Amino acid sequence: MITAAGSAAATGVRVFTATSSQGLLYGMEMVYTVAGWRAPFVMVNVSRGLASPITLESDHNDILAARDSGFLQLHCASCQEITDSVLMAYRLAEHKHVRLPAIVNQDGFYLSFTREPVNLPDAEKAAAFVGAFDPENIQFKSGAPLSQAMAVLGGGPYSYFRYEAHLALQRVLSVYDEIADEFADTFGRRHDIIESYQMDDAEYVFVMMGSFASKARDAVDSLRSAGWKVGLARIRLLRPFPKEKIRQLLSGRRAVAVIDQNLSMGMGGVLHSEVATALFGMNDAPAVLASYIGGLGGRDISQQEFFEMVDELKQACDKGKMLEPRLLYTQDELTEIRNLQAIAQVEHLEINNKRSKK
Amino acid sequence: MTNESVVHIHRMKDMPSSHLLGTGTPMCAGCGGLEALHNMYDILGDKTVFVNAAGCMTLLSVYPFTPFRGGFLYTAMASAPAGAQGVRDAMDIRLQKKLLSADDDMEVVVVTGDGSAYGMGLSATSGAMDRNLNFIYLCYDNEGYGNTGQQYSAATPHAAITSTSKTSHGYPGFKKDLFSIWAAHRPAYVATIIGAEPLDLARKIEKLRSMKGPRMLISLSPCPTGWDYDPKLSVEIGRLAVQTGVWPLKEYIDGKVVHTKIPKKDKTGKRTPVEEYLKLQGRFKHLFQPQRDEAGIAEIQARVDAYWDKVVS
Repeated sequence: MITAAGSAAATGVRVFTATSSQGLLYGMEMVYTVAGWRAPFVMVNVSRGLASPITLESDHNDILAARDSGFLQLHCASCQEITDSVLMAYRLAEHKHVRLPAIVNQDGFYLSFTREPVNLPDAEKAAAFVGAFDPENIQFKSGAPLSQAMAVLGGGPYSYFRYEAHLALQRVLSVYDEIADEFADTFGRRHDIIESYQMDDAEYVFVMMGSFASKARDAVDSLRSAGWKVGLARIRLLRPFPKEKIRQLLSGRRAVAVIDQNLSMGMGGVLHSEVATALFGMNDAPAVLASYIGGLGGRDISQQEFFEMVDELKQACDKGKMLEPRLLYTQDELTEIRNLQAIAQVEHLEINNKRSKK
Repeated sequence: MTNESVVHIHRMKDMPSSHLLGTGTPMCAGCGGLEALHNMYDILGDKTVFVNAAGCMTLLSVYPFTPFRGGFLYTAMASAPAGAQGVRDAMDIRLQKKLLSADDDMEVVVVTGDGSAYGMGLSATSGAMDRNLNFIYLCYDNEGYGNTGQQYSAATPHAAITSTSKTSHGYPGFKKDLFSIWAAHRPAYVATIIGAEPLDLARKIEKLRSMKGPRMLISLSPCPTGWDYDPKLSVEIGRLAVQTGVWPLKEYIDGKVVHTKIPKKDKTGKRTPVEEYLKLQGRFKHLFQPQRDEAGIAEIQARVDAYWDKVVS
C-alpha cells in the first residue's frame, strides 16, 4: 500500500493514504524507501500499541519507528487538528525546498473510535490553500526517459543523497510559520510547531505529544487553581525536531516533566532523550528534566498523577536532585494484573491435574 | 473478457532489431534473464515503465547510468506489483485530467526475479491480479537467489546444488508451479517463455500487447554463475530445457492452457532425455560424478514424462 502510494506520487499525482500501527510496521521497509524518492505525499497514521502483546489502544511506538525515515511528522491532539494538519502537510511536503512525504499522526481509539465535531474546511478554500499539484521533474511520461529510485554503489553517493534528504527535512522549520500564518488567515485556526498552554509564567512544564495532552491541559487548569505555576508544551512537529523552539520555550523554567507515550526498550522515553539533546549545554536550562512513561497501550493518565508529577518536580528542585525515570502505574493496576496472573495460574494447575489423573 | 490479438511475427526476420535496452550493464556474460528482457523490450517499445523488485536486474540501473529508454522505478523485494498499481493509477488519473495525452501513456511492466515472484512478492502479485490491474509481469526465473550467490528459492528444481543445498543430493524440494498459481487467479494472460526460443517469446509478447489486465510471464533464465556452466552454453541449455520437456512453453488464455511448443519425439517415440539438459550444468554434476546416479536421473525423467503424458498422449 505504501509502495502504491509512493509509486503514484513518483508518477506525478497528488496522493493521500492512511495506515495504522502494525500496518505501518509491516510497510516500514517502504516508509524508508519512498521517503528517499523525494516524491511528496501525505499519510495519516492511527497510532496504536505494538505487539507483543497485541492490543488496540493508542501508543506512539509505531510512529516513532518511522521517526528516522525522512517523512516529516505532525502529531495531533484533536480531530479538528488532524483535518487541518492534512491540508498543512501537503503544503509542507510539496514545498519546493522540502519535497518529502509527510505523516499526520492521530491517536488510535481516542481520536479514531470516538466522535467529536469537526469544522470541515470549505472545499474551494481548501483547494486554493493547497494549490495545484506540481510534480516538478518527477513523473513518468513517454518521450521523457526517467529512471527513479535506482541503486548507488558505494558510501559516497549514498551519504550524499541521504544527507540531502536530511537537509531538505530541516528546511520545514524555516517554511512552517509562513504556511501556518496563511492557514490561520484562511481558516481562522492556528496550529504552531509547538502548542504552548499557560507557558508565560510557568515554572513547571509538561512536555507531551498527542491527545493525552488534552488531559494535561485540564490538569494545568486545576493545578493553576491550586496555585501552581504550571504550563504545557505539546510538540506537534516531531520531524524535523524543533530544537531551537524547544530551547526558547524551556529556557529559565524550574523543572520539566517529559511524558512519553512510548518506550524505547533498554533506554526509556524517546521524547525525553530528544528534549535532553536540545537542552544540553544551554546556560539557563531547567535544573530538572524528569522522564515519565505514561499512556502505554492507551493506559489513562489521571489528574492525580499530573498533581503528583508536579509535586515530584518541586521536591527535586528544592533538594537539588535528579529524578529517576518512572512508569505511571498505580497499586490498583498492579493488583489487577496480579489477579489475572492468579487466575492464569489456577487454570494452569487445573489442566495439569487433569492430565496427571489420566 | 475476450482479448483481440494480432500476431505479426512469423519468422526470425520479422523480429525487431531495435536493441532498445542499453549496453554496458553489469549482468553476467550469458545471462538468460537479460536475453529475455532484451527481446521483450524490443517488442514492447520504449513506452514502458519497468517497476523492479530487488534482484539481479536492480543493478541494470546504477546512478547515474540506466539502460532504459522509458521509465524505471525500483521498489523493494516484496512489493513491485503494488508499485505497478501506483504507477498505473497515477497514469490513468493524469490521462483523465488531460495532464497526459493518450500518446504519452506508458505500459507498466513489473520485472522481478524468481526470489520475489515465487516467494516474498507473491502476495502483492496475487492482490494485483485480484484488482485486475492492467500491467505486464516478467519473472526472470534463474531458479535461485542468483544475485546473492544462488541460495535456493521456491523456484529451485529438485536435486540442484545451490549454496544452501550443497549435500550430495542437492535441493530436496520441488520447483513451485507458479504458472498454475498465477493461472488460478484467472488473469488475462499467463505464459512461460525462454530467451533461447525468441520466436515463441515474440509471439507471446505481441499477443499480450493488445490485451488489457494482468499479463503474466515466467521466463526460464539460464544462469551461468548460478547453474555453473560456461556462458557460451546459455542458448543451448535454454533450447535443451524446451526440447527435453523440462521447461514447457505454454500459455493460459480465456480459461485454457495451450502448449505452444511440444517437444519433438524421435522414431522410437522418445523426447530428448533430461540428462542432455542436466549434464551441461555443474549444479547437477553429482548426478553424473563420481558415479552415475541412475535413480536420481530416472526420477527427474519420470516427473517430466508424467507431465507430458497428461498434455499429449
